[in-house]
Amino acid sequence: MRFATIARLWLRRPLLAATIALGILSSGASGARAVEIQYWQYVFDTRVQAMSEVIKQFEAENPGITVKQVTFPYADYQTRLIAAKAAGRGPDVMQLFYGWLDTFIAGKLVQPLPKASFKDAEIERDFFPIVSAMKRGGQYYGLPTAVRSMALFYNKDLFQKAGLDPDKPPQTLDELVAAAKAITRRDAAGNFQQVGMALDIARQDHNWWREILVRQYGGESYSADGSKVAYNSEAGAKSLEFYTGLQKLHRIGQEGFMDEGQAAFRGGLAGMVIDGTFRIASYKTIQGFKWGVAELPTQDGRKANFGSYFANAIGASATGEKLAAAEKFLAFVSSEKAMTVWLDKVGELPARRAVALTEANIKDPIYGPFIRGLEYAATPPMVDEAAQRQVSIDMINAVLLKNTPIKEALSAAATREQAILDKFKGK
Amino acid sequence: MTALPSPRSAGLSGPWGRLSIATKQIVWAWTFLALPVLFFAAVRFYPTLQGFYLSLTDWDLLNEARFIGLDNYRKLFADPVFWQVFRNTFAYLVFGTPIAIVLSFVIAYYLDRVTVLHGLIRALYFLPYLTTAAAMAWVWRWFYQPPPIGVINSILGSLGLPAQPFLRSIEQALPAIMLTAIWAHLGFQIIIFMAGLRAIPTSYYEAARIDGLGEGAILRRITIPLLKPTTVFLVVFSSIGFLRIFDQVYNMTSNDPGGPLNSTKPLVLMIYQTAFSSYQMGYAAAQTVVLFVILFSISMAQLWILRSR
Repeated sequence: MRFATIARLWLRRPLLAATIALGILSSGASGARAVEIQYWQYVFDTRVQAMSEVIKQFEAENPGITVKQVTFPYADYQTRLIAAKAAGRGPDVMQLFYGWLDTFIAGKLVQPLPKASFKDAEIERDFFPIVSAMKRGGQYYGLPTAVRSMALFYNKDLFQKAGLDPDKPPQTLDELVAAAKAITRRDAAGNFQQVGMALDIARQDHNWWREILVRQYGGESYSADGSKVAYNSEAGAKSLEFYTGLQKLHRIGQEGFMDEGQAAFRGGLAGMVIDGTFRIASYKTIQGFKWGVAELPTQDGRKANFGSYFANAIGASATGEKLAAAEKFLAFVSSEKAMTVWLDKVGELPARRAVALTEANIKDPIYGPFIRGLEYAATPPMVDEAAQRQVSIDMINAVLLKNTPIKEALSAAATREQAILDKFKGK
Repeated sequence: MTALPSPRSAGLSGPWGRLSIATKQIVWAWTFLALPVLFFAAVRFYPTLQGFYLSLTDWDLLNEARFIGLDNYRKLFADPVFWQVFRNTFAYLVFGTPIAIVLSFVIAYYLDRVTVLHGLIRALYFLPYLTTAAAMAWVWRWFYQPPPIGVINSILGSLGLPAQPFLRSIEQALPAIMLTAIWAHLGFQIIIFMAGLRAIPTSYYEAARIDGLGEGAILRRITIPLLKPTTVFLVVFSSIGFLRIFDQVYNMTSNDPGGPLNSTKPLVLMIYQTAFSSYQMGYAAAQTVVLFVILFSISMAQLWILRSR
């Protein structure tokens, strides 16, 4: 008992000293005691910098509150949140992927937003409709600062070299294949030296297939309430045939070329790649060539896009003055001011329509295609993002590496993913 | 455990004083031994037993653990992925250990005879063992890349041979990863073998040569039998290493850990994913118990088979 107390004091000593110092300082100024709250997110350079900037602005406006930003590597992030909950010392405000919400509610990691400060009607009026993925049982559990959508990045220099118009990126899937074929270069032995399109199943291609291609071929990924897998259909088969055909039939790219799709594009050895808004900041540092962004190519005139986001939520353990501070901070990180910082530093699209849909943004050659895509983006409910992604990865690999017939692979994947959905609903 | 003697009882009249010197020595020995025993009990054995109990629950970190009997084991043995992972784990063991042992013995045997630059060559073989497994795995991952960046495929290409998919193939990925694990531990095994070789008295060899035995006979009759304790140690050590392989696999296939299609996934990686991606702690504990049983029985079997008669 005594040892524990000493250990705790020892661990908290720097913090204690800081709190005392702050207390003395602020008592001199205003007489109020500083409340410190913790904000957790995962490590991604630009996101951490943007949040530091937002915190600085917030603290300037709210002298009684200090926010400590704590970060963890992405691979450990969810585990750390859950372990911290088990140990009883979770964050007051945290960032979470929308697909984790059900797990987090079931595990009592988050608490619903108080309706007094976060009114449903205002949220639904001001934010893009995909914010509804944070709503459960009539309660909002979090709000995003930024939202993501997908688009086609293309290398203008390679387009030009292949005799294509660098200002006319492909608009349909057929045009995409044709352009990619023109760009692809192989050596005498048939090995790729340059791919028409970088293919990367584990990063974004599984989303491109499941959330976009399936719908463009006239199908649905999930039932409307999200409880049933709906892609085991003719449209699902056609779209899977198209995606795997890029490697097997058209041979315009290869999984694993340059290790990662984004590396191939950065290296200037891929004509195109499908990726999300979060890649913009990284591609903006490319020096060697000019690149552009286009809305996702359509099929039979059908447009589709996948909207997703990391939201911020209030930790279940926050109470009293910490809860009040957490509410204020959450309101601030969901404000127009914070979204402007986020767009500048991270390049992710503002979650509020008013901030996103400005004339300048819509016409922006880079942000424009993403913002237009957001208008028709769907955000399917996910219960276990990692497990569901693995199902799609394995399905595509079965077709590519084992020559499993399309329908067989599709039906096996649908059965596996349905089991994941059922298991979760059964809890 | 005997009660600790207190200073007050340390007189001629106390019970401590009546003990013989030999008994006192035993008491002291046990007192000192108690520390590591207590440490192991608290840090090793207690969590192990706790792990056994967890394997009978449905604990998921978030909710209270509920006792569910043998359900986790039933689920595990009915899971085709588990059997795939089981086969992979044994493939690492069955191919990895003999190749590693034979290779390291051959190198040690000939290195022992090299006098020129002996120290440098030995150091070169030992270097990989000092390197972090994760860093090494990433370098090998680059070696195995498809053209135009993969080193091995560039060599194959310049020899006019077709490029190989390596880590993107369900047949080649496991051997490709196993090779890096063998290479990583080669240095350690060579050093141990060389120590074993040096420990064999030279008089045996002199006697054998005087009796006119050839090099092959000396190797078969003297060197290999006398190296048995070293070999047993290395076989057990290397087997445990291959049964617990993780770093190489995880880092070389981090886009799709254990893939493609689970073709490289070992048991430890499955445990890791069950525990820290799906948070099914009870189920992961059941897998850990299975791994423990495998490790324990294989180590025991090897010690028994290679025991000195």
